[in-house]
Amino acid sequence: MATKSFSIDEVKENFQEINIEEDERKGYSGLIVETDKLVDFANILKNKMGFDYLSSVTGVDYLPDNMMEVVYHAYKSTGGKPMEFKVQVPREKPVVPSLVSVYPGAGFQEREAWDLLGIKFDGHPNLKRILMWEGFAGHPLRKDWHEAYYEEDAKPYKSRWPNGRDVHLAEDRNPYKKNVVYPKDFDPDKWNPEGEDALYLGMKSLQKDDDLKTEQIIVNLGPQHPSTHGVFRMVVNLEGETVKKLEPVMGYLHRNHEKIGERNTYLMNIPYTDRLDYLSSMSNNFGYVLAVEKLMGEKAKPTERAEYIRVIMAEFTRISNHLFAIGTFLNDLGAYFTPMLYALEERELIMDIFEATAGSRIMCNYFRFGGVARDLPPGVYEKMRDLVFDRLPRKIDELDKYLTNNELVRVRSEGIGVLTPEEAIAFSAAGPVLRASGVPYDVRRAEPYGIYNRFDFKVVARNHGDVYDRYLVRLEEIRQSILIIQQALDQMPDGPIINGKPQYQVRVPAGEAYGRVEGPKGELGFYIVSNGKPNPWRYHVRAPSFINLTALSKMCEGDKVADTIIILGSIDIVLGETDR
Amino acid sequence: MYGKGIVKGLGITLKRLIETYIDDIKWGKKRYNTDEGIAHRMSKDARGIFTVQYPEEKIPVPEEFRFIPFLIYEVDENGEKIERCTSCGICAKVCPSQCIWIERTKDPKTGRPVPVPAEFYIDIDMCLNCGLCAEYCPFDAIKMDHDYELASYERTIYNKEKLLKPVSYYASIRPRNYEREEKARAKAAAIKNARKKQNIR
Amino acid sequence: MPENINSEGYDIPPEMQQTVAITTLDKIYNWGRKYSAWPMMFGLACCAIEMICTAASRFDLSRFGMEIMRPSPRQADVMLVSGTVTKKMVPQIVRLYNQMPEPKYVVAMGACASGGGPFKGGYNVVSGVDKFLPVDVYIPGCPPTPQALLHGLMKLQEMIDKQSIKNVRWYKREPIEEIPIPILGPDLIDPRDLPQIRSNLHAEKNLGIKEN
Repeated sequence: MATKSFSIDEVKENFQEINIEEDERKGYSGLIVETDKLVDFANILKNKMGFDYLSSVTGVDYLPDNMMEVVYHAYKSTGGKPMEFKVQVPREKPVVPSLVSVYPGAGFQEREAWDLLGIKFDGHPNLKRILMWEGFAGHPLRKDWHEAYYEEDAKPYKSRWPNGRDVHLAEDRNPYKKNVVYPKDFDPDKWNPEGEDALYLGMKSLQKDDDLKTEQIIVNLGPQHPSTHGVFRMVVNLEGETVKKLEPVMGYLHRNHEKIGERNTYLMNIPYTDRLDYLSSMSNNFGYVLAVEKLMGEKAKPTERAEYIRVIMAEFTRISNHLFAIGTFLNDLGAYFTPMLYALEERELIMDIFEATAGSRIMCNYFRFGGVARDLPPGVYEKMRDLVFDRLPRKIDELDKYLTNNELVRVRSEGIGVLTPEEAIAFSAAGPVLRASGVPYDVRRAEPYGIYNRFDFKVVARNHGDVYDRYLVRLEEIRQSILIIQQALDQMPDGPIINGKPQYQVRVPAGEAYGRVEGPKGELGFYIVSNGKPNPWRYHVRAPSFINLTALSKMCEGDKVADTIIILGSIDIVLGETDR
Repeated sequence: MYGKGIVKGLGITLKRLIETYIDDIKWGKKRYNTDEGIAHRMSKDARGIFTVQYPEEKIPVPEEFRFIPFLIYEVDENGEKIERCTSCGICAKVCPSQCIWIERTKDPKTGRPVPVPAEFYIDIDMCLNCGLCAEYCPFDAIKMDHDYELASYERTIYNKEKLLKPVSYYASIRPRNYEREEKARAKAAAIKNARKKQNIR
Repeated sequence: MPENINSEGYDIPPEMQQTVAITTLDKIYNWGRKYSAWPMMFGLACCAIEMICTAASRFDLSRFGMEIMRPSPRQADVMLVSGTVTKKMVPQIVRLYNQMPEPKYVVAMGACASGGGPFKGGYNVVSGVDKFLPVDVYIPGCPPTPQALLHGLMKLQEMIDKQSIKNVRWYKREPIEEIPIPILGPDLIDPRDLPQIRSNLHAEKNLGIKEN
């Protein structure tokens, strides 16, 4: 259950003219703000109270109450507990003032809420669909919207047992075409996909009559492009080689994680979280499990040994992720495949450890509520020691020696894609992107979770905010992670690995919880609303690589087109998480 | 001078190449196609060549590795297959992607369910290899397989016939787990027997 | 020479065995294609990570003549569909496939590409790329380990080996039809279904009028 972070009277003092109430539903916390005054509220919150970092914006569809709720989580960039505030609007006319003018980082998240839940944000500069395409019928995360393959509201489906007969392919059983409903006025012959034209038009409107005219052209980078790290698309307006305007287009890997997550039971969601950021499945597990454990309370408190194993695994994940990021970053710089090969070799050795303990190289599915799935098999502990005490420090130093002072790397990456600290906070950037801009904000320190307060490590931050610094932050973070694992391996006690008996039906009391961890990409948050049933009512992921992209246009403007690739590489996105 | 970085980079590659040959000379014939050689290439001391040359060499699969689930049967004295599965349906309930279909056997006379699955299907193109079915099966009847060489020219759904594998196979791929589970099963059986005896008295 | 491509029944003097081969045209044609099947550099989702690992040093795809990943479909032979095919992405995938020159092969890597995988129920997910493209090899697993992928690619090589110039589709007289590109409508529309959709909508409309 969420803990109260502030006394309501203290907060109210700051807002004399705005009506705010405390959320008094059982298991809920935070403030409910008058809809019309939301922007004023946010202004005071940011400027007077110091909550300058808007972490998460999401909507919840309370169908039984005929109400839509938008939930905001704001933090101080100096650390501490969150300020959670909400606005409630009727379901028929869900209009909420946009907070983009106060927190630019809300931009993409509000677009997502519009796309998936149909909440209109008044005053948003670019309120278009972001994950689905323009013209798609309906807002899929609404509770009364059913997809083509709709079977039942919640898993497990009744058709599977005890009469699971006549199975051919699953789609024959539940044919897709039969379930598709087209809107009444739809005419396939007159259908004109509006989205693309509007997009290009928006890019063109930028043209001005200058004295010196160079031709402006619009170029598509992606969705199939060798260095967009997956199916990501950037529409770029170029003047010569200089980027005038850039618009990211995503959703090409939108796998409906949240809709599926709301059908799943709590346990079923753990393997699905693996597939969010598929380079760091252990961290995703960690975040999700943390959020659910918050709701479950004391009975799901992880055992001591499990806590250590969790930290070790999460830090190994960070190392493997950063190795991959550094490898692809050099790939993007044009070093072709060689540095990547060397970085991947070390990653393979970490994958071996994951495979031996969790059973799979990249889809670990290792965390459980109250502990972890299984204990370390014999031999793995020694292998881990070998890696963190011997091989990895040696190899990281080697990488450092080869790459950091390489003049080609420096020339290409220094001073490129600069993000100032103020901008980084305003755009809600997280992880290495934020820290490279000189904001030493790390959830492991700012609001320690698990047992991170027991370890001695540095929060790595650098001051230039360019691509080169992001690379350096990652490299240094690997070293800090190695330090943490070394300490954890030394201190790890024996004992049980899970609290109580492993259960597949967990009872989660009604309420809401926001659990966040410092994933390798940045702050990874899970917002879960439970109504006491076996599956969550609302399941939202605050995906760092999605929100970090908000700042992409800002970083790229004015740079050369070849640099957009390395700027994108330096954000280190994974499309599974960006599009979910 | 801009060329320096390139030369240095090439030097690194050259160093790797030479290391490979040094190790080749040091190890001789043991380096390739032996378990020892593969283990060395997977250890912290690996240097030079890192490649494990599938299909001639295969990376040893760790015990916990999971791929597609399979069902276990035991063979009794008469050589008949006894399935461990009781069609209780927990695996179908816990499966995140809902890729398991089970039909329970019904007694033809009474119409009441018999604890044996009449059919058991797994759509392997939906399965996400998470291993939850194996983890929560109370009868140790469904386990995760190690065989990953399953590529085919057609989409397939595995039925009971294809899924069933002998318990000896399970013991061979997961010896440690098997031993632990057998102990627990023996213990449970002993308790059950003791209870039965009490009831008879 | 990595393998014997000689046809049976011809005696080649031992001293010439390294230099001369008597074989059929099919065999030599397939042998050449088999070891130069260049995949398209095209990653969709999680499986793409395993694909990159396969291309990296431990598994080393180049041992199969496949290390040259082409970013351009015009230079590629194999489309490795490595990950979830979404409705928003499928028009591009079909377009890329159409742009690939013959002979071309499609490998569905992983559960998602084969049949929608764990995300099958989703509103933006196509349940298997075979709904649109002809798939040659299916590799199960979520994700398939690099070795499983290599096994699948070897299966593909086996398949190539069995083809014959006489009846491959790209030497036939009639032109190869392109696959119509799906349309992003209110939902994904396969142009091949358009007549059906039209008549359905028409029927619905008439029904609506009657009801009114």
